[in-house]
Amino acid sequence: MDLLRFATAGSVDDGKSTLIGRLLLDSKAIFEDQLEAVETTSKSRGYDYTDLALLTDGLRSEREQGITIDVAYRYFATPTRKFIIADTPGHVQYTRNMVTGASTADLGLVLVDARQGLTEQSRRHAVILSLLRVPHLVLAVNKMDLVDYDQAVYDRIHEEFTAFATKLNIPDLEIIPISALKGDNVVTRSEHMPWYDGSSLMHHLEHVHVASDRDLVDARFPVQYVVRPKSDEFHDYRGYAGQVAGGVLKPGDDVLVLPSGMTSKIAGIDLFDKEITEAYPPMSVTVRLEDDVDVSRGDMICRPQNAPKPSQDIDAMICWMTNEPLKPRQKLAIKHTTRTGRALIKDIQYRLDVNSLHRDQDTKELALNEIGRVQLRTTVPLLCDPYSKNRTTGSFILIDEATGVTVGAGMINNAS
Amino acid sequence: MTETHADYRLSQLDELEAESIHIFREVAAEFEKPVLMFSGGKDSIVMMRLAEKAFYPAKIPFPVLQVDTGYDFPEVLETRDNWVNRLGVRLIVASVEDAIKNGVVVDDGKTSRNRLQIGTLLNAIEEEGFTAAFGGGRRDEEKARAKERVYSHRDDFGQWDPKMQRPELWSLYNGRIHGGEHMRIFPLSNWTELDIWHYIGREGIEIPNIYFSHRRRVFERDGMLLSESEHNPTKSGETVEERTVRFRTVGDLTLTGCVESEAATIPEIIDEIAIARVTERGATRGDDRFSEAAMEDRKREGYF
Repeated sequence: MDLLRFATAGSVDDGKSTLIGRLLLDSKAIFEDQLEAVETTSKSRGYDYTDLALLTDGLRSEREQGITIDVAYRYFATPTRKFIIADTPGHVQYTRNMVTGASTADLGLVLVDARQGLTEQSRRHAVILSLLRVPHLVLAVNKMDLVDYDQAVYDRIHEEFTAFATKLNIPDLEIIPISALKGDNVVTRSEHMPWYDGSSLMHHLEHVHVASDRDLVDARFPVQYVVRPKSDEFHDYRGYAGQVAGGVLKPGDDVLVLPSGMTSKIAGIDLFDKEITEAYPPMSVTVRLEDDVDVSRGDMICRPQNAPKPSQDIDAMICWMTNEPLKPRQKLAIKHTTRTGRALIKDIQYRLDVNSLHRDQDTKELALNEIGRVQLRTTVPLLCDPYSKNRTTGSFILIDEATGVTVGAGMINNAS
Repeated sequence: MTETHADYRLSQLDELEAESIHIFREVAAEFEKPVLMFSGGKDSIVMMRLAEKAFYPAKIPFPVLQVDTGYDFPEVLETRDNWVNRLGVRLIVASVEDAIKNGVVVDDGKTSRNRLQIGTLLNAIEEEGFTAAFGGGRRDEEKARAKERVYSHRDDFGQWDPKMQRPELWSLYNGRIHGGEHMRIFPLSNWTELDIWHYIGREGIEIPNIYFSHRRRVFERDGMLLSESEHNPTKSGETVEERTVRFRTVGDLTLTGCVESEAATIPEIIDEIAIARVTERGATRGDDRFSEAAMEDRKREGYF
């Protein structure tokens, strides 16, 4: 059994909560007491049906306002896979939540209402998933029951979305006609849509191939922590602990340590009390080197012929996440892999309209929830790759040094 | 040497383990004074196991803190001591009894021991100057937890403000705090109850034996089966009888109910949970039953 993380975004009207409620119910991830609580609340509010949306609206303030304001994580499992859903609200004022939810997702699920077709909101969701390099996208055409399960409606949306998707980076796209309320094509294939010969949503989630999404070529090992037991039994033990960010590491491999540029060989790789033959993403291991080189937190172990270039001049897409806008000359703290430093905003090149993909070059600041292309200069060299190559070594966060709050998320285009 | 998977894909338990170990190491590297909150329950035991693995062959580089309600199950305290002794970590016990005596918290006879733990815990964190406290909370436990971050910021008063949570992206955790504040860290955020049991089974680690089916003298109160105890005198109309039971969570014994069960092994417990129709908290935790938003209220005040 493996793990699939997927992100959904949507608003009250498009049936997203109903769909998630159904996935949870049908996989028995919802329990009797949770369902009873939701039934009681639905009745007390005078609804005609049990509002499954109440299952996913967690905080009291949200329930009172009837909206989802944050990222909620949900869990369910089938006999073949465990799923983690990052569930986020759909409106433009929650773009930062969508970006957060998409950052760890293997798959993105976008819903459209079959009666309305593609909306600005569904396009925006696809754009954000593509920016965050979520490798698999599912467009669920929902409420097919309300258009009499008409193939023409599905075909029209299919055509329109496929055309739009060519402008984005979506390696794998699946478009599934469903009815979350009636259960058509959610878990089992629908009898109402014999013209559709693809799989049900659940079947697709269970079988989508994610093994090849991770970079298994370019070895990247950001050192997190140096393990030195200083005990009699392990007197000379010195191991570099971290989570593999790319490639496959093996004992005997020649390695290069950045930023120092020293070289050595991997003497052994430890996973707790066992030595292992290879380590790959996202394993957390401890690497021992043959030579007594000076390696510390923030360094990167890679291969001599395949290393990221240390750089202090970074070109990145940034999603701004706080009320006070981002402006040129602003100074912030930056965290990239296990390195922390300071960054100066040199220039804001353009603001990307996430609805139209238009690049607005006249604005020289980024407001809350806006995404733009930014040039930064950092105090420490970042050992980075383009985000399109590696989502771990290509991403960073920006922190307000006064408040300590995370204010921006960055995806590196280029380093020079 | 151990061969790893040929398809370069981790099982869900291996992936969760790798994520949790990453969190432990990140906190140990970035925080001055972390502490692990250890209750002796199954979730905190899994945390201990993950911490053991994260730093092996070195010892866990931080102490463990237990809040002693005075009403803990003796079996749980025994397991706690076994773990602490085997790993050679320092154990700090913050006692609710002492906190009451010293006026840190007030026992008005109506407030549960679980609730009194909050003040006791916050006092211990402040006295020892801990800057990060690992907790065993999981997002699948309860609605209010579903939106909790892995790094959960607490202000000077130890309070959680759900609207002021920091965005948490990729595996880039932001550990910045000001003097007097601390961070709660939840390395098990993405684990479910079933994951925890599968992991305990796979690792073959010790948990308190009250999780397994046994004979116990119990009585019924508010629809829950409570253990007979000197701390929990029966009221009129309540009769004690012996039944075959097990506990699904361990906490203050005056509030923690057991369920009738024949499940005596981990595979039997997993089977039982797989067909169970009530969440673990809903079934057996009196302290969560008072209102739908009970957990959210306690979390705001600084509960685990």
